[in-house]
Amino acid sequence: MSLLLLVPIGAPLVAAALAAVLGWRRLTSSVTVLAALCILISGVILGFNHGSGVRFAIANLFRADALSITMLIVIGTVGTLATWASIGYIDAELTHGHTDARGAKLYGVLVPIFLAAMASAVLANNIGVMWVAIEATTVATAFLVGHRRTRAALEATWKYVVICSVGIALAFLGTVLLYFASLHAGASSGDALNIDVLLAHASQLDPAVTRLAAGLLLLGYGAKAGLVPFHTWLADAHSQAPAPVSALMSGVLLSVAFYALLRVKSVVDLAVGTGFLRTGLIIVGLLTLLIAASLLVVQTDFKRMLAYSSMENMGLVAVAAAAGTKLAIAALLLHVLAHGIAKTLVFLGSGQLQAAHDSTRISDVTGVLARSRMVGVTFLVGLAILLGLPPFAMFASELSISRALAGAGLEWVLGAALLFVVIAFAALVRNGSRMLLGPPDAGSPAITVPRSVGAALVTGVILSLVLGLTVGPLLELFQTAATLLGGTR
Amino acid sequence: MTQATYNGVLNLAAGAFLLAAVLIVWRRELRAIVGLLAWQGIALAAIPLTEGIYKHDAALIVVGVIVLLLRAVALPLLLIRAVGTEPHERRESTPLVNTTTSLLITAGLTVLAYAVTRPIIALDPSPATRAVPATFAVILIAVFVMVSRRRALSQAVGFMMLDNGIAATAFLITAGVPLIVELGASLDVMFAVLVLGLLTGHMRRTFGGTDLDQLRELRG
Repeated sequence: MSLLLLVPIGAPLVAAALAAVLGWRRLTSSVTVLAALCILISGVILGFNHGSGVRFAIANLFRADALSITMLIVIGTVGTLATWASIGYIDAELTHGHTDARGAKLYGVLVPIFLAAMASAVLANNIGVMWVAIEATTVATAFLVGHRRTRAALEATWKYVVICSVGIALAFLGTVLLYFASLHAGASSGDALNIDVLLAHASQLDPAVTRLAAGLLLLGYGAKAGLVPFHTWLADAHSQAPAPVSALMSGVLLSVAFYALLRVKSVVDLAVGTGFLRTGLIIVGLLTLLIAASLLVVQTDFKRMLAYSSMENMGLVAVAAAAGTKLAIAALLLHVLAHGIAKTLVFLGSGQLQAAHDSTRISDVTGVLARSRMVGVTFLVGLAILLGLPPFAMFASELSISRALAGAGLEWVLGAALLFVVIAFAALVRNGSRMLLGPPDAGSPAITVPRSVGAALVTGVILSLVLGLTVGPLLELFQTAATLLGGTR
Repeated sequence: MTQATYNGVLNLAAGAFLLAAVLIVWRRELRAIVGLLAWQGIALAAIPLTEGIYKHDAALIVVGVIVLLLRAVALPLLLIRAVGTEPHERRESTPLVNTTTSLLITAGLTVLAYAVTRPIIALDPSPATRAVPATFAVILIAVFVMVSRRRALSQAVGFMMLDNGIAATAFLITAGVPLIVELGASLDVMFAVLVLGLLTGHMRRTFGGTDLDQLRELRG
């Protein structure tokens, strides 16, 4: 059973090795889809058997509890949809000459490595190893962001690598300080960074050093999660990356980085009380919401619009984590899953729009619903989820987050957050309707949808509907995860 | 090694480490900056080597040798290769902050580092921990270099300096993080610098230079 923990890391690595040997072929790209599916299936099997316990593998190096299982399911779901769509996407890029055999091969190798790094991050028991895995995602995605090799793509890559590396370096400093505090709390040097050991020694950690560490970790992982003040790379990178990679970065990578914060928070809360990180997360979360909402209003580029919507959602997630109650954390996890699927739908659709128009300006795209039922309807569904409309899951998660904030005595935070969410709502509705509704401009190019992209889009819509109607057994998983993180009420 | 020699060598290494950072702020010739970075790598490696010899810890000496090879030899060589051949590429362009002001800011950051690290020294007032303000100052100076320089390569140098500072802090306060984390982190840093080096090459081919002021297409 504990071997099952290694499947989500091993399967994508096999796919990457295969792609490195054989290049971009139908076989290698299909194996990558299977590998992503393996992540999802291991998550589901582990989820059914988890009880409320923690499972370890390879001498406590890896662990799986309800929180890591939830993240595996998110990575697996979005990963499967995105790699499935990659088949058609890269074939089309090859046909149009936007990339060559070497570029396609690089893509085939880096995407599964990226998936393996994310799976290792959520399965690591040692927060130092977790850091290594999250930094590895930056390295793996650097050349994916710059895949088109245009001036803009190069600029985005540079900003992405520099800003995220600096941010994540600060998180490493925070990890070192936590290790220092843990050693002085009596942990042995070999396992002082293990999550279970840190939790056991949390009450003896030196409060002053832990506070310094927590501040650095919040800034550092916040950079990777698209939170203020190191958020400036996000819109550039997410808008320049190939559509399936944008879906992965927006839909899962941000939440994997936030997962790291949640893990750290469970230790820090025990050591210095809940107040410290609560204040930090509220400041960072509200500022992120403010910036994302204001930039959504003035946005003229649809891929950047989607990127700022991701930032808005991460801000909301940060505020929910600040509340920290059982309801808030469970709602946050549902939010992350629903947002991941929704972002996959809209980013895959936007990839096809970009391919058809050779532009990402909102004003260049009109009447999509009339021109392509597939892209139009799925984009509409994706937007409806992001807007938090019923019957989709983000309606329930946003409602629960609001209730949790009010219940935790953070009414003023709720008020401010709702204001920004409403501004973002209006901006998304205005831009979305401009693109989707109405008659198309004369001479609009035809929107083609490769078979695999269409299949991924339809599957995504079905999943969203199911998730909207019933959370089913996932609810128990989310609640167990919330209890693990110290959510009591 | 006696207690007094150990203290002396450790303080000398931390001092040289900080001095290299200040000199990097002062110089504008890219080759000279990379050379200073190699010197800083030697000062960094001296910390685990001294501690390893003093505490008779073979693993720490091995880590020290790896750090020496990586940060004083391999990574600086990689950066030297990325320095362009054209004369205008070899120098940092007119800085956003002039040299005098930069040095004053550096002094301010050093004072700040002493204030920030007080809880660390309070928890464990050993000779090694007392040198931490110097390495924290390097971290702050590195961030300053990254925001105030305009050549792509200078930013890469700033990033490496930041990483040196963090590694030195780790060696001083905990005699290094667990080996698996140390190896993983070194590998990540190496790849990150490799990626930055490759990107500098792409940039020179695409933009005809590495002045980051040319990166202004993506806005809003």
